[in-house]
Amino acid sequence: MAGHDDHKDVKYVGDSRIRAQRTPNYPKDYSEYPGKTEPFWPNFLLKEWMVGAVVLIGFLILTVSHEPPLQVIADPTDTNYSPIPDWYFLFLYEVLKYTYASGPYTVIGTVIIPGLAVGALLLAPWLDPGPERRWYKRPIASGLMFMTIISLFILTYQAAEGHNWEQEERYAHDSPAQNVEIDTSEEGYQIYAAQSCIACHGDQLQGAVGPPIFDAGAKYDADGVRDLIENGIGEMPPGQFEGSEEELDILVEWLVSLGTDAAPSGDASDEEGSADGNGEGD
Amino acid sequence: MLQKLYDWVDERLDITPMWRDIADHEVPEHVNPAHHFSAFVYCFGGLTFFIVVIQFLSGMFLTMYYVPDIVNAHASVMYLQNEVAFGAIVRGMHHWGASVVIVLMFLHTLRVFFTGAYKKPRELNWVVGVLLFLVILGLGFTGYLLPWDMKAYFATSVGVEIAASIPVIGGLAEDLLTGGTILGAETLTRFFAIHVFFLPAALMALLAAHFIMIRRQGISGPL
Ligand code: HEM
Repeated sequence: MAGHDDHKDVKYVGDSRIRAQRTPNYPKDYSEYPGKTEPFWPNFLLKEWMVGAVVLIGFLILTVSHEPPLQVIADPTDTNYSPIPDWYFLFLYEVLKYTYASGPYTVIGTVIIPGLAVGALLLAPWLDPGPERRWYKRPIASGLMFMTIISLFILTYQAAEGHNWEQEERYAHDSPAQNVEIDTSEEGYQIYAAQSCIACHGDQLQGAVGPPIFDAGAKYDADGVRDLIENGIGEMPPGQFEGSEEELDILVEWLVSLGTDAAPSGDASDEEGSADGNGEGD
Repeated sequence: MLQKLYDWVDERLDITPMWRDIADHEVPEHVNPAHHFSAFVYCFGGLTFFIVVIQFLSGMFLTMYYVPDIVNAHASVMYLQNEVAFGAIVRGMHHWGASVVIVLMFLHTLRVFFTGAYKKPRELNWVVGVLLFLVILGLGFTGYLLPWDMKAYFATSVGVEIAASIPVIGGLAEDLLTGGTILGAETLTRFFAIHVFFLPAALMALLAAHFIMIRRQGISGPL
């Protein structure tokens, strides 16, 4: 290094590479961009802070007004739970529901479509190589991008439409459905468990395929409950109860008693419930 | 006094050029929202970075309480959220920030795409940008498992199935992610390591490359 002739007149500070002779570091001339150019520091940054501040305030309002969701601890054996990713992966879930992107064609949905999309994005500068930069003069590139955006919106919307969001609330760690304490020694419960009810509404009446009914008494009176057991409601078919008339009476009476006085344990035991891990329904 | 201190350091380290490299450049009119309101679209990259910084900071605080094992992970998040002072806020910032960063990054990508800013000479920076996009998605995917609640577990098992369906390397990808045959204790520690060490390191390296290239080339000119 030291031997280079053309560097002979450069003197360094001690044995370092820092030049003793400093050339003033004038900012570059931006005459290629005519107009009201201004220095980044401090002029522009002082203004740009305001944009940052507005975004920060919006973000903090979102944060303080919406508690981040947390569900109950994972239970790999719960087969009733239907998986849901964070919203930005919903479109991929929806793609995988299409016939030609699932089952024997899974590879199309999991590898080929995402691969093509990422590949095209990576190679965009070479797929669209011309010097033209305005979007309306590049109809193919812009058109493909618009179609992609529209598809993403539609797929995300469809996935969100098709998902049972009520499930998410039901599994929330502080949802009353996760903190019910059902007295399983009651006769009403015995009848409930012996019938097909338990298969859909869960062993703690917390809901499974069917909705939670641990607080049935807060929503229906005896006649109402009896009516929907006999005639069904929504997706619940009629005539599911196959016991005797007396058993039905006991069952109805028991269900109506639930959730009437001081909203069943849910709210009251919430604090302690969450502290000791709130093992849901075990 | 400050000036003396600065001069003392500058004499030894010659920091003025570094400072100039970072801060001393002109902002052309066409990207300045103070002159053309529509130029706010040029803010999306900087705002993405702003939220990335928030993610780093809030994430660092989260690791003070979070325990990456399947017995305690959920309880530690619950404790953080319900007992720790400002815990719900810090977790909230990290949780919502993960979504906001994706929205802003998407908008930034669209700005770059529709202004044709990926064209010569900025091809390489576009490629770095796409890699940044994938890293951010990876952070979202791995972070989702960490609270070890129902949605975390089941969404991840679908994600792992997707990885497993890749021809040829699917099995390898699955092993790499789960660390075994089932989605369990090993998976959680792996996702934790990927989420807090591997991907943030990649993110920082890519961001450095992104910003150095922007300073070298300047922002793309007016349309
Ligand atoms: C963590 C994510 C990212 C951050 C923090 C980031 C940040 C930035 C910033 C601050 C700029 C300066 C101009 C502006 O703000 O618009 C910029 C420019 C640029 N970004 Fe990004 N970016 C990110 C992701 C991406 C992605 C996903 C792409 C593309 C796929 C991309 C491609 C580009 C290109 C090509 C430029 C140069 C644009 C020009 O000169 O007009 N970036 N980025």
